[in-house]
Amino acid sequence: MRIIKQFSEKIREINTRYAKPKVEMSPVIKFSLTGLRLYLFVLVVLLLYKFVTLIPAGK
Amino acid sequence: MDFFSTLYYRTKKVLKSLKMYLAIAGPGLVVMIADNDAGGITTYAATGAKYGYHLIWFLLILIPVAYYVQEMTVRLGAVTKRGHAEAIFESFGAFWGWFSLLDLMVVDWLTLVTEFVGMTSALNIFGVPPWLTVAGVIGLMGIIVLNGRYWTWEKIALGFCLLNLVYVPAAFMVNPSVKEIVGNGLIPNLPGGLNNDLFFLLMANIGTTIAPWMLFFQQSSVVDKGLQEKDIKMGKADTLFGAIITVAVAIFIVVVTGTLLHGVPIDDAATAARMLMRMNHFTGALLAIGLFDAGLLGAICISLASSWAFGEIFGWAHSLNTNVKQAPWFYASYFFTLITAGIVPLIPGAPLVLITLFVQVVAVTLLPAALVFLILLLNDRKTMGEYANTPMQNWITGGIVVAIIILSTMYGISAIFPNMFK
Repeated sequence: MRIIKQFSEKIREINTRYAKPKVEMSPVIKFSLTGLRLYLFVLVVLLLYKFVTLIPAGK
Repeated sequence: MDFFSTLYYRTKKVLKSLKMYLAIAGPGLVVMIADNDAGGITTYAATGAKYGYHLIWFLLILIPVAYYVQEMTVRLGAVTKRGHAEAIFESFGAFWGWFSLLDLMVVDWLTLVTEFVGMTSALNIFGVPPWLTVAGVIGLMGIIVLNGRYWTWEKIALGFCLLNLVYVPAAFMVNPSVKEIVGNGLIPNLPGGLNNDLFFLLMANIGTTIAPWMLFFQQSSVVDKGLQEKDIKMGKADTLFGAIITVAVAIFIVVVTGTLLHGVPIDDAATAARMLMRMNHFTGALLAIGLFDAGLLGAICISLASSWAFGEIFGWAHSLNTNVKQAPWFYASYFFTLITAGIVPLIPGAPLVLITLFVQVVAVTLLPAALVFLILLLNDRKTMGEYANTPMQNWITGGIVVAIIILSTMYGISAIFPNMFK
């Protein structure tokens, strides 16, 4: 129990430490990160679609 | 007299450069040769068996691709003195940091499972039971990392890299036709046109050359070794040398299977080794030994990539120059990853095919992100100073990254939907 508490505290500490990105958010960086989010979103949707279609097929 | 003194000083200069190179060599060589892991050997064996020597030219193109991507991690590690995971957390914030770290953890663990599958099937050819292989590998890897020195670990890893060269004598033993290798292999061609099978194999070859763990591993390795900005030139040479060797080894594997197994469908390298043993016992045995070594080398590097990344973010001591007492969490995460991955191939009916599919899909999600972050980090002039990417480097690496993103995405999608590109 103590280890889990310490672990969650550590994660909170990491989140606080890295809350603000250090790199200057230029238009190129903003565009790249938005593109990346979009790309990952599409992949996740594809994966979900695959699993949703696999389950009824009983594969 | 002038001639001899010039010769003397030139030889001395060359020897000094060689000595410097040998001191700095390691991260680039190890990461590049470990890139020829169990999955890589299978891909090259399948490439040779299906298309003979016809795709050797494509493998040669992968030398600059691998070099330009990996040399960026040398500059980034030597200048920032931080690993790749920490660099992403600090520069892009906690969201992208956690995404990269968790994705790396998942893909590393799954890849590690495939390394154990390769090693157990390789030694099984010689009658070694899988449980003994797994136990022996975990024991051996424990001894390698617990010596408490990065230098010793690196030299042992380089020893295993040398063993990767077994494919060179294997290729000579099958008496390939040099004329055919040059005529068919070095002139760019797409045998049978660009169909689904060829496309899938080309993408598989790219996927085995550039892997997400390699970026994390080499940067952390550069930091752990303590390379400085002045060492960047030699670090880059080390990476280039590694890229040349890794592709050369791949070509020798293609030559072996392209000579003896051309036209035979190959599902995995162990099957190829068994088939070769029936035709030429020593060649088959060398392929099996090489497969085991490839899996071991991959496992040595991949398990470290995760432990280094976690150590960087959680603030644990995370150097091979520390002992278990000084860095308990670093070694605990290392052995946890290793043991859990080693157990999987021993479970009867474990979904190994599904795991291989997942490796491809998860790696595809991490690779574009890792590459985009890499280029953005290398363009941060405040941090990188004179070692930031030049416009020419941006054009080259940008082009490579865009091509890899498109191809790896198609590869990932075709892994999820096998009939999409038919």
